[in-house]
Amino acid sequence: MLALETIDLTKEYRLGFWRNRAKRALDRLNLRVEAGEVFGLLGPNGAGKTSTLKLLFRLIFPTSGSARILGKQLDDISVRFRVAYLPENPAFYEHLTAQEFLNYVASLFGLSAVERRRRVGELIDQLGLFASRNVPLRRFSKGMIQRLGIAQALINDPDVLFLDEPMSGLDPLGRREVREVILRLKERQKTVFFSTHILADAETLCDRVAVLHHGRLQGCGELNSILCLGVSTTEFVLEGPSPEVMTELAAYASSVIRTGERVRFEIPEESNIQVALEIILRRKTKLISVNPVKRSLEDYFLQKVGASEASQETASAYGWS
Amino acid sequence: MTSSRTPLSQPRLRRRLCWLLLLLCLLGLIPIQRSIDLRTGSDRGVAEVLFLPSGKFLRPLCLGYEGLFAEIYWTRVVQYFGRKRLANSTEFKLLGPLLQITTDLDPHLPIAYHFGSIFLAEKPPRGAGQPLEALALLYRGIVANPDHWRLWEDVGFIYYWDLKDYAAAARAFQTGSERPGAMQWMRAMAAKVAAQGGQLATSRFLWSEIARQAANEQIRKNAQDHLIALDAEEEMTKLGELVALYNSRQGRPARSLQALVVAGYLRALPRDPSGAPYILDAGGRVSLNPRSSIDLNLMQ
Amino acid sequence: MRVATIAFHTFKESVRQKVLYNLMAFALLLIGAAILVGSISVGVEQIILITLGLTSISVFGLLISIFIGIDLVSKEIERRTIYNILSKPVSRPEFILGKYLGLLLTLLVNTAVMTAGFYGALFYQKHALGLGDFVFLGAVYFILLQLAIVVGIALVFSCISTPVLSAVYTFCLYVIGNFTPDLRAFGQEAHSALLGTVSDILYYLLPNFGNFNVISQVAHAQKIPGYLWVGNSLYALLYMTILLGMAVLVFEEREFR
Repeated sequence: MLALETIDLTKEYRLGFWRNRAKRALDRLNLRVEAGEVFGLLGPNGAGKTSTLKLLFRLIFPTSGSARILGKQLDDISVRFRVAYLPENPAFYEHLTAQEFLNYVASLFGLSAVERRRRVGELIDQLGLFASRNVPLRRFSKGMIQRLGIAQALINDPDVLFLDEPMSGLDPLGRREVREVILRLKERQKTVFFSTHILADAETLCDRVAVLHHGRLQGCGELNSILCLGVSTTEFVLEGPSPEVMTELAAYASSVIRTGERVRFEIPEESNIQVALEIILRRKTKLISVNPVKRSLEDYFLQKVGASEASQETASAYGWS
Repeated sequence: MTSSRTPLSQPRLRRRLCWLLLLLCLLGLIPIQRSIDLRTGSDRGVAEVLFLPSGKFLRPLCLGYEGLFAEIYWTRVVQYFGRKRLANSTEFKLLGPLLQITTDLDPHLPIAYHFGSIFLAEKPPRGAGQPLEALALLYRGIVANPDHWRLWEDVGFIYYWDLKDYAAAARAFQTGSERPGAMQWMRAMAAKVAAQGGQLATSRFLWSEIARQAANEQIRKNAQDHLIALDAEEEMTKLGELVALYNSRQGRPARSLQALVVAGYLRALPRDPSGAPYILDAGGRVSLNPRSSIDLNLMQ
Repeated sequence: MRVATIAFHTFKESVRQKVLYNLMAFALLLIGAAILVGSISVGVEQIILITLGLTSISVFGLLISIFIGIDLVSKEIERRTIYNILSKPVSRPEFILGKYLGLLLTLLVNTAVMTAGFYGALFYQKHALGLGDFVFLGAVYFILLQLAIVVGIALVFSCISTPVLSAVYTFCLYVIGNFTPDLRAFGQEAHSALLGTVSDILYYLLPNFGNFNVISQVAHAQKIPGYLWVGNSLYALLYMTILLGMAVLVFEEREFR
């Protein structure tokens, strides 16, 4: 069963006073998210990540295309009982306390008073909100709001969670908490779909990622395979190499970075590792470290985004938007 | 499976149906409103004036828009009066209060004084039959608009026609004639009224003046009706003299006007200004045809 | 029921707004002042108290309706709290209905407080309250019907416009709605068939708030005619339905960028 499936989902905004300019926030997005996986939607700001999530929850409406959540169409309200949404920089009713707010949300799901009390109490404890349960939300810090946001998202014990930039604006402690929540959800075989522009978070959490740029899907796949793609490189860090060593190694290196006394060489091709080592040992140069450089998500990202930028420029040159 | 969704959130058909339903509800308001209007009677909007102590009470509430409210009340006066006339009503309870409020809110509405004086003074069913109230209204108007000499004309008229006080009427015309801008005939009128008050010619002149200056359809029509009645009255007087002549010559009373035609006293059967032929009633007096639309009560 | 939940939540939120208390205090003050004014002019104390008292309830009810009504939806959109609610199993029509009913509840409570103050003042003046004094509840009921329509108007504007403009439009419609018979009269006196027809259409289209004004009548100890109870209730119900329908239809197409 697919947790989420989008088919050619497109969103076009009409801009300008006469509504004559079109801006494609999302262009024929085709995604499939399996149940139980943690899926990351990556992209720079303005790529269309938030638009995707808003479309799924009918805060905005598609220009064309469709989507299904847990097999149901988007306008089927019943599916909302099994999913949850946390928008970016969420805003909740400031005049309510944490407990009152969670109670309100719980009652929207039709939970009985007994159930509500139990569930709200559980979540307050789980997310560390006990101390501030009677504090009005207007006095909550950003981290507390985010925790509350996750609490309200979990009230109905959803099978699929949609989170928009869940780590944004959090300090390292806050981010770790959110990460742990997501991991715990994964253990319980829940599906988590979240968007982010912080690649490190995606690296540690996601089973699969999709890269979005200028509203178009640039690439999608398992993190492992993405990270293993391409040529593996080895990194050599030397201290105080002589100019001859520099010249010899530079011939094999794809990048040379000097920081003070230390120089970092990136040598592609496994075959060259032996040659490099021989040079280093022959010249008796001080070797600090040798490490394989795994292609990072950043590289993948930059490559995809870079390609997209290029094609975007071409498109602009031809007058397409 | 690809399905192209419309940009709207709901199917077009359902939305069109909903708007249609709303339109029907809107139309459903009409019978309810009409039923309320019918039961309340048309005096709904204006009946409150009975509860207001005076227009001065209303002034501060107008927040500077007295002129606008005076216009609103003036329109209400015209509508109220027109409705009452249409329903052949014989009482115009609210006319006085409405006029009072109108002129309290805007003391410089000449038409209000003119209209008010005519129809407050006229006897029912043509008016409220309150000549003294009419005079009071006019005097208030004169105080607020001392240069408006036509108000004196209206005062004179009421004394002349409704109160039959020719001396007072003459004084009013005289005073009016002394105001700057007054027309010459005011002075002539003063003299004429003093000397020949009650004469048909005088009355006809006054009513013609009113009809000529009428700024309002109701006033004009009213004046015309009076003029027609005056004409009929005059014709009937002349006919009466002719009939008396015939009777004395023939030695016996004529049975109908046809006899006078046959005998050559008249060229043809005389008709009144409304086109209906005059008749001789049972007592041998000239009178209006029952089918005539002329109302001689106006002469009272 | 979800609608009831939203309604109750809206009620609680409205009740916490300070403007409510200021307006209510003002209204009660005015009622008290009415007693003073009445004691100045002999013989009409009761008439003045009733007229001023009921008018205060009407005017302040109107102000409350406008001030809280215009924020009803636009505030949620502006503060983006609406993202959260609409992502729950709450349909957009349910949301609108809940908001509307919540505000009606607020109005009901407010009017009840002001009416209690009014009766208190009446008791103070007359030193006794009789069965005949129940008629004023009828006037208050009609005022409530009026306010329900005004709130509906504010709601519709709240879905399509900014709060300030909504307040202006709602207030203008209220004023015009009180003069619809005169508007129609203007049109009929204008000697133009077209204007006459237009003014007729407007007369039936615009909310005729004049129907609901029985303050002068009850102040002068006249009874409220029976057909008015039925007619006004039906009219108000129908108009409320129309306004709610409009609000829902407009709101359903609204996108939240």
